[in-house]
Amino acid sequence: MRGYNFAYLDEQTKRMIRRALLKAVAIPGYQIPFGSREMPLPYGWGTGGIQVTASVLGPDDVLKVIDQGADDTTNAVSIRRFFARTAGVRTTTRTTEATLIQTRHRIPETPLREDQIIVYQVPQPEPLYRLEASRAETRRMHALAEYGVMHVKLYEDIARFGQVAISYDYPVMVNRRYLMAPSPIPAFDNPKLHRMPALQLFGAGREKRIYAVPPYTDVRSLDFEDHPFRAGRAPHACGLCGAADSYLDEVVIDDRGQRLFVCSDTDYCAERRAAGHVGAEGLAEAAE
Amino acid sequence: MTDETLLSARRLSLSFGTIPALVTVDVDLWPGEMLAVVGESGSGKTTLLNVLSGRLSPDSGTVWYRDPAGRLHDVHAMEAPLLRKLHRSDWGFVQQDPRENLRMGVTAGGNVGERLMAQGARHYGNIREAALDWLTQVEIDADRIDDLPRTFSGGMLQRLQIARTLVTHPRLVFMDEPTGGLDVSVQARLLDLIRTLVSRLKIAAVLVTHDIAVARLLAHRIMVMQRGVVVETGLTDQVLDDPQHAYTQLLVSSVLQA
Amino acid sequence: MAYVAVKGGERAIDSAHTWLAESRRGDPAVPALDLAQIEQQLGRAVDRVMGEGSLYDRELAALAMKQAQGDLIEAAFLLRAYRTTLPRFAHSHPVDTASMHARRRISAIFKDLPGGQMLGPTYDYTHRLLDFALESGDAAASAPSAATDDAAMPRVHDILGREGLIERDVAGDAEPGDLTRQPLAFPASRDVRLQALARGDEGFLLGLGYSTQRGYGNTHPFAGEIRMGEVSVEIEPPELGFAIDIGDIILTECQMVNQFKGSKTAPPQFTRGYGLVFGHAERKAMAMALVDRAMRAAELGEEMTAPGQDVEFVLYHSDNVEATGFVEHLKLPHYVDFQSELEAVRRMRAQASRQPDVVEQASREPVE
Repeated sequence: MRGYNFAYLDEQTKRMIRRALLKAVAIPGYQIPFGSREMPLPYGWGTGGIQVTASVLGPDDVLKVIDQGADDTTNAVSIRRFFARTAGVRTTTRTTEATLIQTRHRIPETPLREDQIIVYQVPQPEPLYRLEASRAETRRMHALAEYGVMHVKLYEDIARFGQVAISYDYPVMVNRRYLMAPSPIPAFDNPKLHRMPALQLFGAGREKRIYAVPPYTDVRSLDFEDHPFRAGRAPHACGLCGAADSYLDEVVIDDRGQRLFVCSDTDYCAERRAAGHVGAEGLAEAAE
Repeated sequence: MTDETLLSARRLSLSFGTIPALVTVDVDLWPGEMLAVVGESGSGKTTLLNVLSGRLSPDSGTVWYRDPAGRLHDVHAMEAPLLRKLHRSDWGFVQQDPRENLRMGVTAGGNVGERLMAQGARHYGNIREAALDWLTQVEIDADRIDDLPRTFSGGMLQRLQIARTLVTHPRLVFMDEPTGGLDVSVQARLLDLIRTLVSRLKIAAVLVTHDIAVARLLAHRIMVMQRGVVVETGLTDQVLDDPQHAYTQLLVSSVLQA
Repeated sequence: MAYVAVKGGERAIDSAHTWLAESRRGDPAVPALDLAQIEQQLGRAVDRVMGEGSLYDRELAALAMKQAQGDLIEAAFLLRAYRTTLPRFAHSHPVDTASMHARRRISAIFKDLPGGQMLGPTYDYTHRLLDFALESGDAAASAPSAATDDAAMPRVHDILGREGLIERDVAGDAEPGDLTRQPLAFPASRDVRLQALARGDEGFLLGLGYSTQRGYGNTHPFAGEIRMGEVSVEIEPPELGFAIDIGDIILTECQMVNQFKGSKTAPPQFTRGYGLVFGHAERKAMAMALVDRAMRAAELGEEMTAPGQDVEFVLYHSDNVEATGFVEHLKLPHYVDFQSELEAVRRMRAQASRQPDVVEQASREPVE
């Protein structure tokens, strides 16, 4: 891309972001403020993730970009193209081939490795924001580990609904010290955060915060001893590949309310089908 | 500071511009005792409460607190995190307006359980049990545990605030006109409750009130303030039955007349 | 019918962009817009885009407006994204608005004052009647000109300041903050607040400023002075050791005179609110001054009761590029999270229908 630096950002900016990343890795789960730059994509559409990716990306990296678990949703396409143009790196849809994965709202089903980095796009980095609107106050709460109010919220849910009603962006305790918002991944994905071999980086461009979970770090979803955290998913198998352990998208087939459940992770589903797994829908097709 | 006091202050002074709110005030509080600070509005009693609890800094003077291990702490030299922690565990503060100390959008049970959860309680059933227990102790119907405080009467809100404050068994409670603004009959019931709880749990308390009758009912010792100065102090009954200072005499006599 | 996973996101985006380009151009039979036309004849929009884009360049602003089909926030966004890529090679000296070559200068607090009341090219006092003559042809009216009287035009605040009637603004040594480089942190100092307001959304600030006039944090404002005109921008290259003039820009400045503060011992003085924006943009400068003063409530010992006085609230929500990004991001797919909510609600409903009094039970019997 003529006139622009590798991966768009100038080196000074990348250095500033890397310094923030180092601080983030040194204090797992703690939000580091950073001088987020105006990017050619709107705030709220992944500028934080893009800035983190741009700062750690090298010419030999293989980049995968997903949104809602899929490589071909419009925003994932847009971001992947952005890096293809500004960095000329190799891109891939296969999780196993990628060295750097930028994601919005999902963690891939295939377990990640030590040599991989996953970058999460974060809309709201402050896990306490719905309970305390003032950032000045939440900063104090994190400093003093004053997280009682978050447990009050969980208590209220159980008192009202019989269970915790948070289904995504479920708050977690990182390294037994900081309360963190894992980004709007479904609660189903939370267990994957715990002791993940890959480095996890989180970028919030509009709110100007970066945070990180180093490899093999303790990450536990908040709960009560007698109401332990449960990772929920739709009680079905993927119609295309038959997977019973992956997170599923619900697709409305016709106007009579017919539904089909398919893997949200398109790469995972494709790999399974390539390996010969067939789901109910695939079987029906074969029968036709 | 003597060996036994829980809280002591020496030579506290504070002015708001040219208006003196506290003039070289000394305070001593022993474990398990209730000290009433009485005076009209403008006497400095609420300011004193705020300075003793670390919420307001004096121009000069010192406040010491003795922790359960027997160590002395200069309240105003303490680091903010430590003071905040103190306020959530060993100390309590009952506000005149309970709404200032309650989460109006959280159920009664959640309000009472919060301090427990802040201290690390992680068993829902136990927290709920403790909340039920405390609601009963402050005479709020157990059925109301899942109700929002918005639906509570003034007296109930005050009792809920007390439950929320006492659930962690604080050793020292500051109370700012806890019965202010309530009906006379509701006041009486509340005062009775406070007296029972404080004596049973052996809580030390500093109680600010303009109402001599409240002081007589609840406090072991009384301090009379006028325009920032402590004019008289001593055992409640002695001071109220045989007031020495002219201002105390005026206060006592005006109650009799009313 | 078998379900076929939808693919082709790339093609969809490309087609959408082609269609966008077509609709941006509009009817090809209609002449394309000239940047000079936009810059000259839609000048107030250009001023707004420069202000909210934080970049003083009339041609670039005109280009952005053309590219954005007149969507001014989109245009400001384009300017901001471009600005990020520009190298910085110098800081200017603070501009001296007292030596402004003013085209317009009015004061509401004095009937007359040194330098006089100059109306300038204003919409004030026009009658808002649609001029259908503009439909066909736009003959440039010729305004009579007079020789400029180079009489001094002291700032109203200096006039009041000579008597000690208004608080002094103390110049500090500290380097001013820069929101385009550092994240917002609280407490936010006045320089950072003013920068945020200067690039903030005109509509948002107008609403907030208006709210303070209606009782939501009243600051008792008077328009001490509003001036609009050219100021020179000077930089001092280290190799030269003296300042050089690198050009002129047009600014609008508003100084509000607000509620006096004082007591029996501290003699009362009026307080200040300040607004400064690129180009000719009075509404924004005035709103900015109102909100600037309202946000000083805590500093001036006033009770904070209204949103316009809440510094965090104002600063976090005044940036329209951030705001539109986040509001519009709701268009992005959220079906994964929605799926989780669906499952959660289904589960809770199933539980509720199986055991109608499950919540009641939970409240009575402690869990073993």
